[in-house]
Amino acid sequence: MTPRHLLSVADLGALGIDEVLRLTDSFVEVGARPIPKVPALRGKTVVSLFFEDSTRTRLSFEAAARRLSADVMTFAGSSSSLNKGESLRDTVLTIEAMGVDAFVVRHSCGGVPAQVAGWLGAVGDASVVNAGDGAHEHPTQALLDCYTISRERERRFGAKAGRPQVLSGLQVAIIGDIRHSRVARSNVIAFAALGASVTLVAPPTLLPPSVQGWPAEVSHDVDGALAKCDVAYLLRLQNERMTEQFLPSVREYTALYGLTAERARLLGPSTLVMHPGPVRRGIEIAAEVVDSPSSVITTQVANGVAVRMAVLYLLLGSGAPVGA
Amino acid sequence: MAERERHANSGAAFRGRAVVMDAGDVQRATWRIAHEVIEHNRGAEHLVLVGLQGGGVWFASALASVISSVTQAQVPVGTLDIAYYRDDIGMRPVLPVGATEIPVALDGAIVVLCDDVLFTGRSVRAALNALSDLGRPAAVQLAVMVDRGHRELPVRPDFVGKNLPTRRSEMVDVSPQGVVLGDVIAAVEPGTSGGALRPEVAK
Repeated sequence: MTPRHLLSVADLGALGIDEVLRLTDSFVEVGARPIPKVPALRGKTVVSLFFEDSTRTRLSFEAAARRLSADVMTFAGSSSSLNKGESLRDTVLTIEAMGVDAFVVRHSCGGVPAQVAGWLGAVGDASVVNAGDGAHEHPTQALLDCYTISRERERRFGAKAGRPQVLSGLQVAIIGDIRHSRVARSNVIAFAALGASVTLVAPPTLLPPSVQGWPAEVSHDVDGALAKCDVAYLLRLQNERMTEQFLPSVREYTALYGLTAERARLLGPSTLVMHPGPVRRGIEIAAEVVDSPSSVITTQVANGVAVRMAVLYLLLGSGAPVGA
Repeated sequence: MAERERHANSGAAFRGRAVVMDAGDVQRATWRIAHEVIEHNRGAEHLVLVGLQGGGVWFASALASVISSVTQAQVPVGTLDIAYYRDDIGMRPVLPVGATEIPVALDGAIVVLCDDVLFTGRSVRAALNALSDLGRPAAVQLAVMVDRGHRELPVRPDFVGKNLPTRRSEMVDVSPQGVVLGDVIAAVEPGTSGGALRPEVAK
């Protein structure tokens, strides 16, 4: 089946994720050219529909669409007719009526991209890409993280993995505010699908009410997790989603769970340090660790454009089944 | 692109009917074309051979090794994937079949595009657009092992292994082992011999 939307990374399965990663290789090559642009999606229109602040995801999607020669329309919730009382549904249908092929949707409520996909399905055949919905999912972040781990390990250590489970046998520690993190949810699904063992490390208050059914273990031992992991994945404290007091203080969080310069000495020589951004230096991760050789945080951002090109091309251009 | 690969995407299969060239014929045609390229360009200076991903890659390296051994010059060989430049994106499944890797700058080079089969000319059109995004060659020439006719665009090869009159519905399978003319079988049961997409020639 040819997918029309990307709402959850779980829709892809291991084969689908691997297919996106392989296609990403070709777009990384395109990105390295003097003219980093191909005419693949000429005539298609992509709108970025962001109801929540974003730097990298929005720019990354827009750069991806432009490098595929698609036309890009930009929508910011804060400067729109939503402020005049127009409903979300009417806003979406108004934009659809202008002739749009893909909606890249970010919203602070989980489930909005799926809702938008439902409304659009009734009137046309536009695609929806989830660019982060509440504390639910952020599938393209998970895809670019999988890509970064597998290709960086190959580049740095010559680690050749089997396919489709390119992360087979790796230990990944996801450390920080799991409770409010859509990145953690998508990444747990994707990492586990590709064969990695995932450990969630957080204070009890910053774990979701239940992690039953998650393909991951839970630990409160940061030092132990750091010492044995192949990937240390740090998350930001999402103060904007915190509705109550989850922590005694930020300084205490940094002391107990932050990746400080002292803790970074526990990391193995081949451990990669990752962060989805925005990074708050000195809180969840020390400034010198962000800039250390084991950090691949800027590589994640660079790969993000190519991964999103692959996703947009698969949904709008290829006409090919994914994960078949 | 090899015709076999194009049809593999749609689930169709190839059944060979007649051997048009055997491995020796393909090799001799390669030798002749290599010499024609050298003669036409008065040597191998500035030459870059670029194989279209899929069927053109082996042909480009075969030509390059003959040209290199005849002229004692190292002729660079590259590969070009034209998926993102095709004009039928959205009409049928289009995914890259291989990498684009050109080892040298193309500005001022004489590029010889190499493909196994020249048919409608649409792949060549896409390849010319792809090349122009990678640099500005001094000249682009086209070498094909088989020209099977049915052009839909004003494209003309400079070097041809064999002119092969075909019906539009037929398929030509080209490899270093030979050239086989056959038919595309639309529906193939999984597990039957046609599904493997290897040419089988009727005795």
